[in-house]
Parts: sequence; C-alpha cells; structure tokens
Amino acid sequence: MAEPKVKYDRQLRIWGEQGQTALEKSSICLLNCGPTGSETLKNLVLGGVGSITVVDGSKIEEGDLGNNFMVDESSIGQSKAKCVCAFLQELNDAVKAKFIEEYPEELIETNPSFFSQFTLVVATQLVEDSMIKLDRICREANVMLILARSYGLTGFVRISLKEHAVIESKPEHFLDDLRLNNPWPELKSFAEGFDLNVQDPVVHKHIPYVIILVKMADEWAKSHGGALPSTREEKKEFKELIKARMVGQDEDNYKEAIEASFKVFAPKGISSDLQQIINDNCIEADSNSSDFWLLVAALKEFIAHEGGGETPLEGSIPDMTSSTEQYVNLQNIYQAKAEADFVAIERLVRSLLKKVGRDSNSIPKTMIKSFCKNARKLKVCRYRLIEDEFNSPNLPELQKYLTDEDYSTAVGIYILLRAVDRFAANYNSFPGQFDSAMDEDVPRLKSTAVGLLSDLGCNGATLAEDLINEMCRFGAAELHAVAALVGGIASQEIIKKLHYLGSSQLITRQFVPMSGTFIFNGIDHKSQLLSL
Amino acid sequence: MADASVQSSRSRDLDKLLLRPGNLVGPRFEPGPEMRDDLQTYARVLVVGAGGLGCELLKDLALSGFRNLEVIDMDRIEVTNLNRQFLFRLEDVGKPKAEVASKRVMERISGVNIVPHFCRIEDKDISFYNDFNIIALGLDSIEARSYINSVACSFLEYDSDNNPREETIKPMVDGGTEGFKGHARVIMPGITPCFECTIWLFPPQVKFPLCTLAETPRTAAHCIEYAHLIKWNEVHGGVAFDPDNPQHMKWVYDEAVKRAELFGIPGVTYSLTQGVVKNIIPAIASTNAIISAACALETLKIATECSKTLSNYLTYNGAEGLHTKVTEFERDKDCLVCGPGVLIEVDPSVTLQKFIDLLEEHPKLRLSRVSVTHRGKNLYMQAPPVLEEMTRSNLSLTLFELMGKLSKDVVNVNGTTTKNDQKISCLRKLSVVFKGIDGVTDMDTAGGA
Repeated sequence: MAEPKVKYDRQLRIWGEQGQTALEKSSICLLNCGPTGSETLKNLVLGGVGSITVVDGSKIEEGDLGNNFMVDESSIGQSKAKCVCAFLQELNDAVKAKFIEEYPEELIETNPSFFSQFTLVVATQLVEDSMIKLDRICREANVMLILARSYGLTGFVRISLKEHAVIESKPEHFLDDLRLNNPWPELKSFAEGFDLNVQDPVVHKHIPYVIILVKMADEWAKSHGGALPSTREEKKEFKELIKARMVGQDEDNYKEAIEASFKVFAPKGISSDLQQIINDNCIEADSNSSDFWLLVAALKEFIAHEGGGETPLEGSIPDMTSSTEQYVNLQNIYQAKAEADFVAIERLVRSLLKKVGRDSNSIPKTMIKSFCKNARKLKVCRYRLIEDEFNSPNLPELQKYLTDEDYSTAVGIYILLRAVDRFAANYNSFPGQFDSAMDEDVPRLKSTAVGLLSDLGCNGATLAEDLINEMCRFGAAELHAVAALVGGIASQEIIKKLHYLGSSQLITRQFVPMSGTFIFNGIDHKSQLLSL
Repeated sequence: MADASVQSSRSRDLDKLLLRPGNLVGPRFEPGPEMRDDLQTYARVLVVGAGGLGCELLKDLALSGFRNLEVIDMDRIEVTNLNRQFLFRLEDVGKPKAEVASKRVMERISGVNIVPHFCRIEDKDISFYNDFNIIALGLDSIEARSYINSVACSFLEYDSDNNPREETIKPMVDGGTEGFKGHARVIMPGITPCFECTIWLFPPQVKFPLCTLAETPRTAAHCIEYAHLIKWNEVHGGVAFDPDNPQHMKWVYDEAVKRAELFGIPGVTYSLTQGVVKNIIPAIASTNAIISAACALETLKIATECSKTLSNYLTYNGAEGLHTKVTEFERDKDCLVCGPGVLIEVDPSVTLQKFIDLLEEHPKLRLSRVSVTHRGKNLYMQAPPVLEEMTRSNLSLTLFELMGKLSKDVVNVNGTTTKNDQKISCLRKLSVVFKGIDGVTDMDTAGGA
C-alpha cells in the first residue's frame, strides 16, 4: 500500500476510498481562526481535505496563547490567520493551505461573491448580524455553511443549506431486508426444496433460519386464512411451533429462527418516513429536478406497480447458521431478486429522464444501484434560513422547550447566545466582558433576554437566573476545551456534508448530518438539538 | 469585538471561569487568583495513553491551566496514527509516542511540564499512580482500563461506617471512541460507579465458533479467521503468528483468498484481513477531539469545582444525526474493585502461603501469582526476583503476625485472573477478619454498653 493510503487506513475503514476522494476534492473556507475555528480545521486537515483558506484579520495577542494551540509566543503581534495556517500546513502536506488577512465581517459586507468559490464555509464566533448576512450569501451561491460558536461553557453548531438527501445512510439497527413477511415466488419455491422433517440431523441443523421461517409462515397462513401471526398469543404460539420442530438442543439455526421470528410479524410495505418522501412536492419530475428527486419519482412508480407496495429488495442477507452451499444458494436467490428490481427501476429512471428532456444515460448505473440498495433508508434533511429561524422560530416548539425540564437549560442557552449579541450591539461589549461592569450587566442581560423572548412571541417567558448569571460570568471567554469540543462537532458534521457533496455523481452518501441547532451545555453536558 | 482593551494575560479566557464567583458551581469552588495559581502549581494529572485521545488530552489540559502533566504509553508511532494523532509527523514514525507527544506540547505551550513514560502501565509501581490528583484515560482496550481502574480503586479506604474516606478517592476521567461514536465518563471511586461496576457496558468481542470456521464458512471474515486461527498452526506449528509481521499477514491473506474461492465467498481483501486479525477499530480525528475535550473539561471541573460535573456517563453518536446523552449509572454495591473489599475470614494460624493458596480457590477471586501488600508494606512479592527473595521467608509466617496482630484490616493483593479466556492482571482489596480474635471493636462495645 502507498503511504497516503496507509496514513488514512483508520478512516478509510469507515468511509472507503470514494468518501476519501470526496474529502480530497473539497475546498473549505474558515472564518475566524480562534480556537474554535482552528480546532475545526485541524480535524479536517488531518483527514485530508483538498484545500483550506483561513480568513482572520486579527493579530496574535498574549491572551491567544492561553487558548489556541496553533499560535505561539514567537508570533505575538503577527497575523493570526498566517500563523494558524502555517501550523495546519505542518499537519498534512497534501492539503493546500492559504490565508487571507481580513476581518470576515468586512468580507461579508464588501465581497459577497468571494464565498462562491468554496465547497463549504465554516464560520466561527460570528455575531448574529453577520451570520444572517453570510447565510443569505451562501444559500444564494449554493455553498454549504456551518456556523459554530464557543461561549464560556456553552456553544452551538448549526448547519445551513437548502436540502441534504442521504441515499446510503447506515443506520445501525435497521432491519435486514429479508421479506419474510412477504416472500416473493422464487424465495417460496426455493424454500419448498427443503424438508423440515429431514432425518439426517446434520442436514436438519444446517437449514438456514430464513427457510425455516418462510416455511413455517406459509404453514401458518394456510391454516389461518392467509393471515400471519399478529396478536401476542399468536406470536407466542408461532414461536412454540418452531421450537417443537427442533430435534436437538444444539440446533442454532432453530434458535436463530425463534429469535428472528419478529421479522415474519413485521408490517408489510414501506415505512412512514419513506411514505413522506415519496409524497414530497419536490417529486414532480421536470428538467430542473435533481438526480435524487428523479430517482425518488421512479421509486414511487415502482412501489405502486412492480414492487407491489414494497421497495426494491436490498439483496444482502446476514450471516446465519447454514452449510456453505445452501448459504451461497440463498444469497443468489436474494441477489437475483435485487437485480430484477434494479432493472425495473433503471428502466423507469431512463424513461423519466427522457420525459424531462435529459440524456437518458445521465444518471449512472452505479448510482441507481446504490439507490435501489438503500431505498428503504432514504433521508432528506432540510434547513431553514438562519434569518427565518431567528425572526420567526417554530413557536410551539420553542414554548415546549421552555417548559420541558430536559430542554429548558439548552433553550435558555440558545436564547442567551442570541441575547449576548443584542447586548453587544447595544452596549458595545459582551455582558461580563469587563470585570468592572459585572454587577450592572446581569440585569441588563436579563432584560435583553426577556425582550428577545417577547419579540419571538413568548411573552412572559423567563429564563433561570442562575443561567443568566453564568452567561455574564463567562464574559465571551473562548475556553480551549469548549472550543475543541464545539470545533470537533463542527468538523464531524462537515465531514458528513463533504461525503454528500463529493458524491453528487457517485455513490457514497453515507452519513446523516444533524438537523436543527446543536446547543452545547458544558455545565452538565446535557446538550440538546433544537428544531426551531 | 475589535475594541477590546481587555487584560492581555495568557489566562485571559480561563480567568473568567476561575476568578469570578458563579451560581452553577461545586460546593468547594473558591474563585480567585490563588485557585488559578494552585491549579498551575499543585495539580498533577496523569494521562494514560498518548494515542488519538492522549494527544488531544495533553493539549487540552495544557491549555486548561494544568502545568504538571505526565503521560504513559508503551507504543511507538505508526503511519496509521497520522490521520488523527496530530502531535506526530511522518518523520516521527518509530519513536515512542509518549516522548514525542510531550515534547511537542511543551514546545508550543511555555510553562507546561510533561514527563513521558515509555513503558507498560503494569511496569509502574502502584505508588506511582498515587502521586497524581486525577488520572485521565485515553485508552482503547478494556483490559488496560480495568487495570488502571483497579489501581485507582486500591487507594480507596473506607471508614468504620463503610463510607469512603475523601482523601483516598482518586478521580478518573475516561474516554473511548469508535468511528463516529464515543463516551466520556467521570469515575469517583466509592461515590460513582467504577469501571468494573458497569463492565457490562463493554461486552466481550464476539468470536466465531471454530466449527463454523472449519466446516461451514459463509463470510469473508470466516475465511480470514480460518487462515489465521486454524491453517496457520497447521502449517507453521510452533511459529507464533505475529500480526505486525507483514509476511505473516500476507500469508494469512493469501490463504483466506484461496479458501474464499473454494467456497465461493466474496469480499476478502488485504485491508479486511488486517481489520479482522488485528481487531482494528476505525478512528477519526473529530470524534477523538470531542471526547477528549469533554474529558479535559471534566478534569478541570474536578480540580477546581468551577462548574457542575458530568454525572456520570456521556455518550456521543454522530453516525446518524447527532445524539448525546448523559446517563447516571449506579454503583454496584458488591463491586469487588471499588467496594470496601472482599470479606475473607481466616484462622489466625493461617500462614501467608496458605492465605495465597486460598485466594486461588476463592470462587469470587480465582487469583494466581499473587503478591500481597499491607499498609504499603510488601508481605510477599512475585517479582522482581530480588523482592521475591526478600519476602519469601514471610510465606511461612502467619498472616495474623504479619498484619501486626490486628483483629481485622485491609490487604491489597495483585495477581492474575482469567476473564473471557484471557489472562489479565488485577488488583483486589481484601478485608481480612481473623476468626476468634477479640479486637478493639469488641472491647469498645463491651465498655460502652
């Protein structure tokens, strides 16, 4: 193996070479390189993103040495962007690193087109007004934006882009696609070739559990007017019937069948999440439709017709007790059906492409295949404009959070993180930024927060005094450990985003990004995601 | 804010937290410059492991006001570390992790002193670990966590009401990651669950039944494990398989490919072979950064009480969406490691040798190669040879005599036990009571009644 491949071995095991290529093709812009920004980029540079551009207009002060690992004593008075950029370059020479010595706020005001050259912009420690402006610019230019902020023992991370559709998400506890509740004819006839009463004990204990369940379900249906077990008693009885077929104590295949019998009881058809996606109004296929929504349109047709209410079969089976030969045969049965479903979907996709006036081969086979394999697990994440959220948050949710014990601290932090920016706009400093003003800042912050809440439509809502006091105590401090944590989360979300982007023509859309606003609570770690 | 004429001290940001009174803080938080100075001067933290978590921990702690750090790690730097262990460069490959990591952090942060220890955690005397106020764990193995946990818990003493003596509590923070997931926890032995109380959180690795490997392989991993566990011994009988020897690995890979072809099984690759044989855990920089930062923050809180503490287990999962959760686990009241000690009743005539034999048969303990210490004094030591020789004569003396003729007291024993078919080192605290001896307690009761 070549050195770069070895270097990335531990992450290639997660996202594969295509995922790595997606990272290597990306260009990232960082706004403000204090510890939150530097730590975010550090994790991305180590992972091997294509290029980084660090934007920061400030000079290094002594105070920066206490919270930022990427500046050092010898660089006091020099450009922070330059110094951080040099350290990051040292971490990975495969990354193209450059810096721009300019304040992000000025760049946002004077040169909005600057941002359109990047794959993704990560903006740290911006105040509300700049966040709103930058978000509009990025949305317009179709550039992904990640906002991150550390503030005392608190912070937040927020993603912003129009839509993020995940094809190949990897949910951990997703059920295998075995269709034991709805077997297709080939699987049924394959199962008929097995005899559960076979005399040879070695053969008996190597019948795959999938076959046992198909046969037992068939037997049950025959004696129950075509229905499968549905009540608790029936399910229990079904399991007892399987147990009764065991001839020895060591028959793992029967134990597996009993354990997996719930797969027979599972409801047929598609999940409500998927139902929602195929009913989305983006589905009307036209020449402006993205590849993703064209595929979804084809899927909808398939489910209604060829699929008989089901998605295309995934085609893989889990490991199970079996002879090698029968296991391979069973695998072939599943793969053949998956292939047939794929062919049907491909035909639908090609004709849809033609219908909307696109080249019928403009969506590659590999992508359609991956789409079929993961059709059950599609996910669409949408993000509101920051401005919309800030001006008119989802009020019922906000009110729920304010009174819910699990959420009240997190939403308190959310409100206070916004209130400190209003405060700063009014008083020219953050609450508690200077020791001398601590006593008057606490009531000022409180009235600012109450004012904000009432502007948002929560008249009469209050926040915990202790939390307001703590927020003043924090005085806009950027603590290294908090910055490393918030930056760590930001970088992890960025990696998920980059996989999405790099895969627009290919197949690895692997990880579902977070939705909503992540509020970091470093006081007791009861952090929350808020959907406002 | 560009107009900030804020004090330009190096602890500008940290001072806000340490110098100002707060409302959501621990009961012993005493804000002020003394607190900050004491943290710098007196607080001593040991970082166990200088890998993905350890590198981050050293940086995070050094930038959180700690100046006296030590780090222990037995490994040398490998190329596969470089995607996340940010203190290492390509030219460092082959050098001890602990040494390079210490050097890099000290180069960048003046005033911080980090002492590296390039050795196994078991190589250090137990007393080494008692020198630290807090132990931060950045490990990737259950065995190592279990060992450090048993060491930290061995310092714990209980008073006569079975309450933990505060000055003997050795706090630990522990982090762990796998891919996009991780955990951070705070362990206050005697107060919050120790690693052993919640050992069920770490289920043992699933092993394939040998008969599946030998007769009915179905997956690529089955073929690889067949080559690794069965075929290797058949062909190389006597030569131990070395996962770090590329020729060995290549041989296993080639054999696995042959077997897979024979059975028509797809998916054997060199990368998978390494993954299966070495049980490689995928790792990325961001998760390590998140978990280490949480651990460093908790370390700072334990040292200063400048905020509430994590109580007591944080899980993080970024694989699908983002989920964090704090769970307050409960102690296992019968825990052999952090409890008041396993009660052992013995006759005063029992010799130390007989006592050691008893521990081997004890159903809860099953300890072999036992060394025994009492109140810091070595009664019998298995190693090193010079200590063994010095303490050997004690074996024929009675334990009662060796323990200063007390009616009951605690002894610490160190030995090996078997867990999931693996031999592991462990420390146990035993509460020894001598049968038929009227101790001080009895006299008190008689006098007071």
